[in-house]
Amino acid sequence: MQTSTSWRSFRMAAWLGWVIESNWTDPFLFAVYSIVKPISGAAILVIMYGIISQGNYDSALFPYIYLGNAFYIYVGAVMTGVSWAVVDDREHYKTLKYMYIAPIYIPLYLLGRGVARFITGSIAVFITIAAGLLFLNVKINFAEVDWLLFFVTLFVGVVMLALLGLLLAGITLTVARHEGFIGEATAGALYIFSGAIFPLDVLPEWLRPVGYFMPTTYWLELLRRSLVGDVAQAFPTLANFSNMEILGVLLALSVFFGTVSIYVFRWCDARARELGLIDRTTNY
Amino acid sequence: MSASLAIETKDLGRIYKLRGSKKETRKELVALQGVNLTVERGELFGLLGPNGAGKTTLIKVLTTLLSPTSGWARVAGADVHAEPDLVRPRINMVSGGESSGYGLLTVRENLWMFSQFYGVPSKEANERIEALLEMVGLKDRMNTKSSDLSTGLRQKMNIVRGFLTEPEVLFLDEPTLGLDVGAMRDVRKFILDWLKADKERTLLLTTHYMAEAEELCDRVAIINKGKVLACDKPSVLKQRLQKDALFEIQVSPLNGLTQQHLLDQPEVTKAAISETETGAKLSLSLVEESALARVINLFTQKDVKVMNLTKREPTLEDVFVDLVGRSMAEEEEHGQP
Repeated sequence: MQTSTSWRSFRMAAWLGWVIESNWTDPFLFAVYSIVKPISGAAILVIMYGIISQGNYDSALFPYIYLGNAFYIYVGAVMTGVSWAVVDDREHYKTLKYMYIAPIYIPLYLLGRGVARFITGSIAVFITIAAGLLFLNVKINFAEVDWLLFFVTLFVGVVMLALLGLLLAGITLTVARHEGFIGEATAGALYIFSGAIFPLDVLPEWLRPVGYFMPTTYWLELLRRSLVGDVAQAFPTLANFSNMEILGVLLALSVFFGTVSIYVFRWCDARARELGLIDRTTNY
Repeated sequence: MSASLAIETKDLGRIYKLRGSKKETRKELVALQGVNLTVERGELFGLLGPNGAGKTTLIKVLTTLLSPTSGWARVAGADVHAEPDLVRPRINMVSGGESSGYGLLTVRENLWMFSQFYGVPSKEANERIEALLEMVGLKDRMNTKSSDLSTGLRQKMNIVRGFLTEPEVLFLDEPTLGLDVGAMRDVRKFILDWLKADKERTLLLTTHYMAEAEELCDRVAIINKGKVLACDKPSVLKQRLQKDALFEIQVSPLNGLTQQHLLDQPEVTKAAISETETGAKLSLSLVEESALARVINLFTQKDVKVMNLTKREPTLEDVFVDLVGRSMAEEEEHGQP
C-alpha cells in the first residue's frame, strides 16, 4: 500500500466527515447543540449523584464519576464515529460501493471518517469539564496536572478506541439489519465495565475480570490520575499499580485489541464481499 | 489473457445462499452460471437482459464488490478476486436508478472529493469537473447542494463522477434508468462522445432498453437467468431472424385466444402477447408472409378484431424472444425467482 493512497484515504475521509458532522444544521444551532448536549448529559449524572449521596459533592467519588463520565464521551464518539461511517455510506448516502471500488485503503477511510467525531467529542469533553470546574466544584489543580501523562494517555486511548471502532465497522459490514445499534450497544456495555462512573470493585467478583481485560479501564484511570492524582488513587481497584505500570498495561491491551481489530475487519471485509453485502441497503 | 482484452471471464458463477426462517432449509439462487465473455479494449459492450437476469451481479463481480463462487474474471489485466487493488485504480462504475451522493455537499464538492480519492490533482480535477458538467448541461448547478437536485440531475452528477477519473474500463449499470427522454438522449450522446475521444477506453453497459443497446453497443451479450445466451454484434444477432417475417398486430380483447393457439399454427414460429388498455398487442414471427392470412382467419374464428397491423424489421427484442421463448416483459413477470 502506498503512503499517498493511505494519506489521501484518511485526509479526504476526515474532510468529508467534518463537512457532514458540522453542516447538518446552521452554525448557531450546531454551536448550541455542541454545548447543550454534553452539559445535559453531565447534569443528569450530577443530579443522580446528588440524590444518592445526599448532596455530598466534596466526596472523592464525585470528581471520579464526573471525570470518568466526561472522558467516556470519547468512547462513544470515536468508536461509533468510525463504525457509523459504514451505515451512513451504505444506507443513507448509498456511496459505500463507490468508496470500495475507488483506489483507497478502506480501513484508513473509515478511521478518517471518525476524526470529525473525535473533534466534536473533544469539544464536548472540554465543555463538560469546564462546566464542572466553573459550576460544580470539581477541583483540578492545574499546577499539579501531569500534562505529559495526560496527552500520551489521551493519544494512546483515542488510537485504541479508533481501532475498536474499526472492529465494529467490520461487524457492521457483515450485518444487514440493526447495524446502527452496534456502536451504541458496545459503548453502553463498556460503560459498565470500564470503571467510568464507579470502581470495578462495585461489580460482582465474577464480573470484574471483564473490566480488567478492557483497555478503557486503564485509560480512564490514567486520565484521572494525570488530572487529579490523589483522588483517583484513593480508590482501591488499581491502587497497587504505578502510572507506568498502568500505561504499560494500556499499551499492551491496545496493541492486542488493535491487532485483533485489524484481523477481524479484514475477515469481515472478505465475508461481506462473499455475501454481497457491500452495497446492501435495507431501508430498515 | 491477451493485452487487447479489457474484460475476460471464464466459467464465472455466482450463487447466493438465501436465508429463510429457522425451520426452512437454506435455498440457493443461481445469479450467474458459466459466464464466458471477452471484451476488447476500446469496445462498447452491452449486457442485455430483463430485471433479475444477472447483469448487476456480473458488474458487481467485475468491479470487485462481490466474490464469484466459481470461475474467474479479469479486468484491465488483473484478477478481480485475487488482485482487487490492481483493478480499482483502472475502473469506475455508475449505477442508474438511485440517488447516491452526499446531499450536504455541492455538486462540485461531491465530484472533487471522488476525484481526490483517485489521486487526480486538484486543479486538473476542477477543470475536468467544469468540462464534464458543461457536457451534461449541469454546469449552472455546480454550486447547488446535491440534495437540492432532482433525481434526473443527481443521476447526471453520478454519471459525471464515473467519467471524471478517466477509467480504462467503465461500468454503467442501467445508466438511463429513471431519466426522462431528453436526459436519456443527452446521456447516450455523452457516452458516445467520451468513447470517441480515446480509442483505448472500454465501456460495459447493462440495460434492459433494447433501443439503447442497439444504438450504442458494438457487441451485445443477451443474458437471462444468469446465463449468456448469445453474444455478437447487434446486426449479426438480428440476422438470425431475417428469414422470418415479423408482424406487430394491435387487436381487440382476446376472447380466449392464447399464445398457445397462435403457436399451434404451423407457420407461427414465435408469439408474444402483451395486454393493452384497448385489447392486446401481438408480436408474431411467421415462416413466410403468406401465413398471415391463416392467422387472421384464426382471429376471425375467435371474434378478435385487428386494429392495426405492422410488418417490421427484427429487433434485439425479437432476438430475445427467439432465444428465451417470451418477451423481456413476460420474463420479468413470470421467469424470475
